[in-house]
Amino acid sequence: MNLFCVGLSHHTANVETRERYARNGTASPLREKIGCTEALLLSTCNRVEVYGVCERPVESRAVFEIDDAAAFYRYESEECVQHLFRVASGLDSMVVGETEVLGQVKQAYEAARNSGGAGPFLHRLFQRAFRVAKQVRTQTEITRGAVSIGSVAVELAGKIFGELRERKVLVVGAGDTSERTARALASRGVSDLRVTNRSSERAETLAMSVGGRAVDFAHWEEQCREVDILISSTAADAPLLTREKLAPLLRERWDRPLFIIDIAVPRDVAPDVNELEGVYLYDIDSLQSIADQSLAQRREQIAAGEEIIAQHVAEFGGWLRGSRL
Amino acid sequence: MDRQFLILATACFLVAVVRTLLAFRARDFRLGRFNFFAIALGFVFQTAFLAVRGHQVGRCPITNLFEVFAFLAWSIVLIYMLVGPAYRLSLMGAFTAPLVFVIQIFALLAPIDVPHQTSAANPWLEFHASMGMIAYGAFALACVAGLMYLVQERQLKTRHLHSIFQHLPPLTDLHAAIMRLLWLGFVLYTAGLISGFFTGQPLPRIKIICAVIVWIFYAVILQGRYLFRLTPKHVAALCVVAFTAAVSVLWGITFVSQQLPSS
Repeated sequence: MNLFCVGLSHHTANVETRERYARNGTASPLREKIGCTEALLLSTCNRVEVYGVCERPVESRAVFEIDDAAAFYRYESEECVQHLFRVASGLDSMVVGETEVLGQVKQAYEAARNSGGAGPFLHRLFQRAFRVAKQVRTQTEITRGAVSIGSVAVELAGKIFGELRERKVLVVGAGDTSERTARALASRGVSDLRVTNRSSERAETLAMSVGGRAVDFAHWEEQCREVDILISSTAADAPLLTREKLAPLLRERWDRPLFIIDIAVPRDVAPDVNELEGVYLYDIDSLQSIADQSLAQRREQIAAGEEIIAQHVAEFGGWLRGSRL
Repeated sequence: MDRQFLILATACFLVAVVRTLLAFRARDFRLGRFNFFAIALGFVFQTAFLAVRGHQVGRCPITNLFEVFAFLAWSIVLIYMLVGPAYRLSLMGAFTAPLVFVIQIFALLAPIDVPHQTSAANPWLEFHASMGMIAYGAFALACVAGLMYLVQERQLKTRHLHSIFQHLPPLTDLHAAIMRLLWLGFVLYTAGLISGFFTGQPLPRIKIICAVIVWIFYAVILQGRYLFRLTPKHVAALCVVAFTAAVSVLWGITFVSQQLPSS
């Protein structure tokens, strides 16, 4: 019996190639075609892989119609086990430590199980993979820290305010990044979202799409008396919010912090605003720098994750050899 | 025998401190259970020390400076055990263990465990002293939370986010914890202060003045938010200053008390 994995990923193939091989559904037709006892298809935006258990060796070309051999990899036996454990743990992901892939692996396994593609070998292999992924996640810092602008902003908001449900957010400007950030905050439970823009129509549109309300752009600074989080991303040439404008507005809210996310270039908020007591100003560079730091920290954790995986591969390899696979 | 319990307790806190340092060095900031259990075990030994010493002296064991510091350390850990997990401030253990360790090491090494001639047990006096000490425990934890607030605030302000940042509680949660600890300490301290007038013993003027100054200091911090528009950062900084001053006063009060024929 042979345990193998054939596939391609972001490491070996560009998006066009991955798109060409992306498939929906299960590996059942393939199982019948190549005569495997068990087969499972894992298809995500970053990888397309087939895991199979066959009584005789199967060529990769029988699994995929390969027109670019360099884009494909093949792992067998313990190497296949190690690869799956790395994938499930997020060590092989484009954004190291991301946890979405584990859900996708679980979905692929469920689909294979329901279609009869996953038998006793793949069942045992994937159950172990889920265990390994959980262990890597809990025993290392591989998933720590935010790695995108939106998630960094949300994480910082959480570090300042804790629970975000009762917080008031004002979005100034209706750009894509501010919309994504507003959505990320809304997903954390923020219910009071206000949007303002030079074009009131765009403000209304964005407000509707994020479940907020539009406010008048002419007096938007006044909102700083009330809001907890300000997201700014207009196309203004000069700063809209200066220390001189903001300081008097803060007098009524001396005991409440104000978190300002300035994702505009050129910047909407004068840098010296950060010197005001209780104001935490982050521009696009500082948010990106934090995202980069988090990613670097995650990469430092890869070795610790590999150690955990190596132990499990050794254990599982022993079982594989014992079961003559 | 009783000192051995305190030595064991100090060893537990040392283990927690070393574990914290090693974990921080390895960039692992999930202190969690190990530190909590090390501190909890230390608390058990502290309690054993106080029980044995209390039995020996036949009253609440705060008859000399050594016992006062041991009781203070016990009060800090007591409050930590009560509020740390409740307010999800588990990292507070990383700050609390060194503080308690330093207090106990000082108590053990300094020549201050001198038997002091005391009068017969007086319930009011014991209530007064023990309430004051537990209040100090709450003020110490407010000081620890204040330090955590200042570290977190500094990191957020300067955008230099070290890994410890990821595990410090949110600013607003820390501020809420500081205010609760201050109120708890203030109520206990007030009860201790008032009960001092029912002890039936002459109170040294310097002792009353010092105690009232500490009380006013904390009252100002608690009401300063409205009176002087103190920001949460100011409150956090004042907690550190106030506790440092209060410990100095406590030392002074105990020193003065020991010069008197009985207390």
